[in-house]
Amino acid sequence: MKNENLIQYICGVADNALILGQRLSELCGHGPNLETDIALTNMALDLLGQTRSYYQYAAQLSDEDKTEDDIAFLRVERQYKNVLLVEQPNTHFGYVITRQFFYDVFHLLLLQELQNSKDETLSAIAKKAIKEVSYHQRFSSDWIKRLGDGTEESHQKVQEAVNDLWKFTDELFHTTEDDTLAIDLGVGVNVVTLKEKYYQRIGEVLEEATLTIPEIKWFQKGGKQGVHSEHMGYLLADLQYMQRTYPNMKW
Amino acid sequence: MSEKEIKNLEEIFEQKIARDEKIEPKDWMPEKYRQTHIRQISQHAHSEIVGMLPEGNWITRAPSLRRKVALLAKVQDEAGHGLYLYSACETLGISREELYDQLHTGKAKYSSIFNYPTITWADIGAIGWLVDGAAIINQVPLCSTSYGPYARAMVRVCKEESFHQRQGYEIMMTLAKGTPEQKEMAQDALNRWWWPSLMMLGPTDAESVHTEQSMKWKLKRKTNDELRQQFIDQTVPQADLIGLTIPDADLKWNEETGHYDFGEIDWDEFWQVVKGHGPCNHERMSARVKAWEKGEWVRDAAMAYAKKKEDKKLKKAI
Repeated sequence: MKNENLIQYICGVADNALILGQRLSELCGHGPNLETDIALTNMALDLLGQTRSYYQYAAQLSDEDKTEDDIAFLRVERQYKNVLLVEQPNTHFGYVITRQFFYDVFHLLLLQELQNSKDETLSAIAKKAIKEVSYHQRFSSDWIKRLGDGTEESHQKVQEAVNDLWKFTDELFHTTEDDTLAIDLGVGVNVVTLKEKYYQRIGEVLEEATLTIPEIKWFQKGGKQGVHSEHMGYLLADLQYMQRTYPNMKW
Repeated sequence: MSEKEIKNLEEIFEQKIARDEKIEPKDWMPEKYRQTHIRQISQHAHSEIVGMLPEGNWITRAPSLRRKVALLAKVQDEAGHGLYLYSACETLGISREELYDQLHTGKAKYSSIFNYPTITWADIGAIGWLVDGAAIINQVPLCSTSYGPYARAMVRVCKEESFHQRQGYEIMMTLAKGTPEQKEMAQDALNRWWWPSLMMLGPTDAESVHTEQSMKWKLKRKTNDELRQQFIDQTVPQADLIGLTIPDADLKWNEETGHYDFGEIDWDEFWQVVKGHGPCNHERMSARVKAWEKGEWVRDAAMAYAKKKEDKKLKKAI
């Protein structure tokens, strides 16, 4: 496998962590109470920590003298390979939790496979991240239940988020050409094989939360090809502001 | 309780303070002691929570992944400080809801420094270096204050604050060593944050209404002016070391006193900001109120869910 393909594969995994971490970072200091604020920030920290490990490895593999920050901050929108789900805005707490839950369940399944990767670095990153992401999944599942089976208002709000974000779940199981190359070499995870378990787990929690799965036949996709939603440009404008305004400096 | 009994309790209380023993939540304490502590501890907790906002303003725009993670962790620490300071305050018989209400209605104060805007990345360095630096000077003596829960909370707070201060100074050092644009950014931040940081140590001793009583209860061990001098003496060499200039033409080392002489502080500005007319007073409060109000349905859901769970358990048990 050429380094360039492996780098692309790594970005496909890591960009999700970066963008979701960035979204969660927006909430720091604005949570519904201190405990939740701290927990959401914790998850942002975990995700950004994972991002750094992946990007440092990708930078190492690159022929050009790159750093983790070049990868994080200096690509154009079309080069980010995260799924549409993670870039969706923090419309309200119901969306934050639903987005997190939909991603966490996938993320944990992915890492459980990635730890068996033939690539030692990826395997090591996955092993470390599993502990963090198991907590994320517990946190978001618990909140799905609280909101779904809490008050009438919270039920309605979280159901609204589930209805809106459901259409982004299918993309989690798409594979790019770089993914296929990595899968064939035993380096990457074949996400298609995770799909059944994913929807089963999601279904169980939603059922316990008294929430219903929307009947949607048309799903959104594009993130993995770098075709993002209109939200993404604003997120990147924020993320890249310093690096774009003051290029080639050390911080 | 008879007058004699109260007098007796008062004596025991005074003796404890004199012996440097801690007052614990279940101990008898004069009502004024309780009220003063609620005021000071909650003011401190509110400062932590409001202080998250100016720094949080730069998390999404931090210039590198390393800085982003460090800033997130720092702001999270502040939430943690808020949490245990509110808990310490609750031991004095007031609820967190009441404390929030006092903040949101403007009855309780928080540190005025957070009413200044963070307009460049260097402000994050300046806050860590100067604001946390001044906070530590204020807070270290509190680790041995008479009220047990507050003293214990402060031990942890101070450890983390001193880490933040080093981190802030390191940001400034990196900028000062960087390109001319970066150095200018650092100097500009120092220019804007220097005087408000001096004000942070409180009004001059002549103007300070609480000092005398607070010294007696060991809630304060040094006067505001002493603390301010300590901060200046400590910070000036740090600025020199990284080639930044303190924005005070009257600043001069005084061989005789062994301290720096410094220029006059604009106390009018200080009182203006305290009274609500700083550049961001309104923004800070509306951000806090908005987070609280928008979070209401979430907190309600958590309560309702917990109750449902509890009821189910009870039913099963029956």
